[in-house]
Amino acid sequence: MSALPATTIAPLPGQGPVEILRLLDGLDAPTLWWLSGYAAAQASHAGSAARALPTVPAREAGPQERLTIIYGSQTGNARRLAEKLAHDAENAGLAVRLLRADVYPQRELKSERLLYIVISTQGDGDPPDDARGLVEFVVGKRVPPLVDLKYAVLGLGDSSYPQFCAIGRRLDARLAELGATRVLAAGEADVDIETVATPWLEQALGAARETLKTAAPRATVTALRPHAANAEWSRERPFAAELLVNQRIVSRDGARAVHHVELSLEGSGLTYEPGDALGVWPTNAAVLVDAVLQTLQLDGETRVTHAGETHSLHAWLSTRRELTRLARPFIAAHAAHARAEDLNRLLAPDRNSDLAKLLNTHQVIDLLREFPAVWNADELVAALRPLTPRLYSIASSRRRVGDEVHLTVANVAWKAFGHTHAGTASTFLTSRDDGARVPVFIESNERFRLPDAGTDVIMIGPGTGVAPFRAFVQERHEAGARGRNWLFFGNRHFHDDFLYQTEWQDALRKGALHRLDLAFSRDQESKVYVQDRLREHGSELHAWLENGARLYVCGDATQMARDVHEALVDVFVTHGGLDRESAQAHLSELIQQGRYARDVY
Amino acid sequence: MTTTPSHLEEIKAASRFLRGGIAAGLADPITGAISDDDNKLLKFHGSYQQDDRDLREERRQQKLEPAYSFMIRARLPGGVVTPSQWLAFDAIAREHANGTLRITTRQTFQWHGVIKGRLKPTIAAINASLADTLAACGDVNRTVVSSANPLQSSAHQIAYEWAARLSEHLLPSTRAYHEIWLDGEKVAGDEGESEPLYGATYLPRKFKIGLAVPPTNDIDVFAQDLGLIAIIENGELKGFNVAVGGGMGASHGDPTTWPRLGDVIGFVAPERLLALATGVLTVQRDFGNRSQRLYARLKYTIEHRGLDWFTRELEQRLGFALEPARPFAFANNGDRYGWIEGEDGRWHLTLHIAAGRVADTPGQPWLTGLREIACVLRAAASHVQFRLTCNQNLIIAGVAADDRAAIDALVAQHALDAYRAQSGIRRHALACVALPTCGLAMAEAERYLPELLPKLEAQLARHGLSDAPIGLRLSGCPNGCSRPYLGEIALVGRAPGRYDLRLGADFRGQRLNRLHRQNINEAEILATLEPLFAQYAHERSTDEDFGDFLLRAGALAPEAPRTIPATVIA
Ligand code: SRM
Ligand SMILES: Cc1cc2nc3c(=O)[nH]c(=O)nc-3n(C[C@H](O)[C@H](O)[C@H](O)COP(=O)(O)OP(=O)(O)OC[C@H]3O[C@@H](n4cnc5c(N)ncnc54)[C@H](O)[C@@H]3O)c2cc1C
Ligand SMILES: Cc1cc2nc3c(=O)[nH]c(=O)nc-3n(C[C@H](O)[C@H](O)[C@H](O)COP(=O)(O)O)c2cc1C
Ligand code: SF4
Repeated sequence: MSALPATTIAPLPGQGPVEILRLLDGLDAPTLWWLSGYAAAQASHAGSAARALPTVPAREAGPQERLTIIYGSQTGNARRLAEKLAHDAENAGLAVRLLRADVYPQRELKSERLLYIVISTQGDGDPPDDARGLVEFVVGKRVPPLVDLKYAVLGLGDSSYPQFCAIGRRLDARLAELGATRVLAAGEADVDIETVATPWLEQALGAARETLKTAAPRATVTALRPHAANAEWSRERPFAAELLVNQRIVSRDGARAVHHVELSLEGSGLTYEPGDALGVWPTNAAVLVDAVLQTLQLDGETRVTHAGETHSLHAWLSTRRELTRLARPFIAAHAAHARAEDLNRLLAPDRNSDLAKLLNTHQVIDLLREFPAVWNADELVAALRPLTPRLYSIASSRRRVGDEVHLTVANVAWKAFGHTHAGTASTFLTSRDDGARVPVFIESNERFRLPDAGTDVIMIGPGTGVAPFRAFVQERHEAGARGRNWLFFGNRHFHDDFLYQTEWQDALRKGALHRLDLAFSRDQESKVYVQDRLREHGSELHAWLENGARLYVCGDATQMARDVHEALVDVFVTHGGLDRESAQAHLSELIQQGRYARDVY
Repeated sequence: MTTTPSHLEEIKAASRFLRGGIAAGLADPITGAISDDDNKLLKFHGSYQQDDRDLREERRQQKLEPAYSFMIRARLPGGVVTPSQWLAFDAIAREHANGTLRITTRQTFQWHGVIKGRLKPTIAAINASLADTLAACGDVNRTVVSSANPLQSSAHQIAYEWAARLSEHLLPSTRAYHEIWLDGEKVAGDEGESEPLYGATYLPRKFKIGLAVPPTNDIDVFAQDLGLIAIIENGELKGFNVAVGGGMGASHGDPTTWPRLGDVIGFVAPERLLALATGVLTVQRDFGNRSQRLYARLKYTIEHRGLDWFTRELEQRLGFALEPARPFAFANNGDRYGWIEGEDGRWHLTLHIAAGRVADTPGQPWLTGLREIACVLRAAASHVQFRLTCNQNLIIAGVAADDRAAIDALVAQHALDAYRAQSGIRRHALACVALPTCGLAMAEAERYLPELLPKLEAQLARHGLSDAPIGLRLSGCPNGCSRPYLGEIALVGRAPGRYDLRLGADFRGQRLNRLHRQNINEAEILATLEPLFAQYAHERSTDEDFGDFLLRAGALAPEAPRTIPATVIA
């Protein structure tokens, strides 16, 4: 059979995706044909709410001549690449189907002929939420031998994490182990994704052509491309949004500055849904750029040509290179330049944790200061990793704010090695004045969507994790949703950093928010966190969930998300009468069904 | 006359003897505030919800609610505090409040900046120190004040004892206070409970009693709803002259409101004092205006119905006639600083606490200093006590001659002896709290005093008036918490930086001052006073007070006309 691609299905509420798949099962080509056109029409009428419509082959192609592309994506990068690949393959006349990992019917794996997987690595070497099930299946025992399968894997990752592209690597190795044939070496895209991805996609397309000796190209229904509305602007072609408001929203005593930022999308045609993130292309702080130039005694005016682009060194360092996020390759290069043996030793496989620590605590400038070395402008630009955009959960609903987009930005700043350190994008955003222009793009997140109006939602968002829930509550209120909204929020101090306090109070009064539970960790002797509140209100929480409530978690990935997950396990053990294993399993189920969604960073 | 009861009357009636929703409000974690209605009730328990007005706008922009906190006022009849109580209060200030103790113009303590979560433990701690806060605010009889600094200490003892008895006698009897703050066991609904004296709606408005011992009028006996003038003849208390209908509060530009001095209507013997107080209070309870709070004080009840009516109504209830008032004379309403020996050979040290704020500030570690003094005193004999004065000052009373040196040392060491070198006007300056905590403040008062004084002192010095005792009173609004209408010079706030300048009260608390210039700024204030100081320096007769001089010199405007609104004339 052929399943409609994930992108169509994702926005459908609740069990939607799975149900539709079941319905479609065994439908004949003409029916599917008609369906896709019908859906396309529906989508275009739905206007801004339109979701990407798939490309559906004119004639239902069997597995033998079909390319299947599966993606697992947390923040949309893998999805974007997979969509591009599908698009190109389709234009090349290949029969393609594109599926998000969690809607891929696993039993079809054995009958696949050509399979491409584009997948990122999350957490500490974990799969993206939407791919947990597939990865479990593939690495698990129940997976059949795949001797007839040809495949290729493109992994996405961030080399500043010790488990670089771990998931991509794992799948690639495992498929080989199962007897499948690798048509192309696994790609490992770092945060400068395109550097690796673009050539890989080309080769992948070539290999597909080879493998599927295609007959004459077929006509295909050209459906809406993903984000038709946003087509004009993209990650590579960001829109210069005007900054309308940049307002500190923690008290003067608040330890960590958090700002509410409002940007205008007027005239851009950009649209977003609650749950989406905004991509921001930052500029490195001038002081930092100067510090680097000074330390290396380089002239900012020096013209540097790299990868066919020519700019002044200053321009390269300001808007085109990472100065605050270190990566393995640069450490290696700098170790060589500085002839720093001990630095070099950190790169040894057995020193992963030490390396991770260095990557997490040092900026380029720290390395340059600690291990003096001579660099010339060209080498430097070549060695530094390209600047990457930062994502910020969108904190507003268009139904409420129209052409605006709101963010909740915590300014990352700390002291180390006798110098003040600051995060690039958060500082860039929180230090702009009204009227400034900020290059942005929409990063949609199909995995973090509100359910239908009748369903209850439970939102767990401590710190800046509360951002998307401001959007949720605005949206549900404007839409007159009947479902109840329960928010768990936490921070350090009630007095100082109760983010959006007056808005929540207002929402409670208006009945836009039905319940708000708070955890201020440092207001009493013993620390209290959201997970403690979850346990406290476990029986109600359990009742809500049994009643079909959706669960959302947003915010810190390193600690919070894990602790919250643990608390949820406890809730099901204590109030659901499950043992830990079944509780774990139940939660994984909820995750796969999209009833427990996380947006953690 | 309008008869529909004011909203507050309904709140009181529905409050189940002052419970309302206070307990629930305290437990609400979403806000640092409690509901408006409960705020009205909270006052009866001795606390006010406030917010830091310096931060209001900033926090609004930060999408944070105002920086709510609570002011707590102790009920300390006669302003007497034992050394151990002082230490307890000091600890409370540092642990639960903003690190300061505020001596009020009614000789008690206020703590500011107590956040909601700390309210209960704080009030519990105050009770644990054998004081309380019940009826320190609200439509009830407030803390009864009494002369803190009479010439003879025996007289003080008499006045103090009567102040305490009156205060106890007129306390509300609701158990809500113990229930909410002291985990006293709950009273189901309001059954089994009653307010024999007050009734379910208490008084129409606040009610204040003060007890003065001539020749000292340090409490401003004529500013009280019920003023009692102790008549003491060679150490023996004969009884009290009774003055009724005093009050300061007024509203800007509203000729139907005004400050008023009490009228002396007679004399009662000591054994009849409690009955008299109850009588005055219940007449006001039954006839006070419950539809317009603006006119709900006893002074208006008397103005609107007539003094004779009042006296008749009172005597009917008492079942006896008041005796004719006895002669008395007040010398002044200020405090005398430094050591004074009582006739019992014990010593009393009066210290000047600017605007009553006991705090540790650079160069003035007063809170610390007084804590150390309290430690010494606690060790010393039991009859040593602290007394707060209605002029916002502090007396260390009942010290044995031998202990003086130790105290002097600590006083000097902590810069508490500033008064020695102070100008006459500084020694006799009062200022209400006003900004940032007072919700009604229109202008600065306590925080403005230290800015204004040096400028006035410079002027006075030029005219050789540095030592002239001149009574200066600052209030941030016309409510008159520093009793500004009894100041020889008074500033009453109208807007930030702008005040009404009032002049010409006497120094005995027996003549109100008059509005001299309206709504002027500091430059105009100084410019207006300059020639008057000059004239006073040249033309005053010996010992003539500034206020009296201005009156004699014809420098004062005629008194403001009063009108009584038709609506309230019975
Ligand atoms: C602390 C104190 C002033 C000081 O600097 O010491 C004070 C402070 C306040 N007074 Fe007062 N009054 C204080 C003595 C007075 C006096 C002087 C006196 O009683 O000798 C008066 C004038 C006499 C009188 O009552 O007429 C006074 C007349 C008022 C009024 C006007 C009442 C009226 O009938 O017009 C208000 C406003 C009200 O009650 O509506 C008021 C209200 C207030 C409030 C509670 C403001 C409010 O209602 O929200 C102030 C709290 C400010 C703060 O942040 O602490 N306060 N207030 C005094 C505490 C006395 C005590 O310990 O009980
Ligand atoms: C999907 C998603 C949604 C997000 N939503 C939000 C949001 O709503 N609000 C928000 O504020 N952020 C959000 N983020 C995080 C945001 O994208 C940025 O990562 C964050 O703002 C930091 O970026 P930066 O450029 O300011 O810091 P960078 O220049 O990227 O520097 C960050 C690096 O500095 C180092 N570092 C940081 N703090 C310290 C420290 N104390 N000591 C030592 N080293 C340190 C760490 O290595 C860290 O990786 C989100 C991220 C994702 C992926
Ligand atoms: C919370 C978090 C954890 C991550 N952990 C890893 C990791 O362990 N290893 C890795 O290679 N990349 C890691 N990454 C980087 C992502 O894989 C990278 O940003 C990738 O581009 C995301 O692709 P996606 O948008 O398709 O999910 C992490 C990113 C985030 C936000
Ligand atoms: S006089 Fe006015 S400003 Fe001053 S404390 Fe009283 S109410 Fe507040």
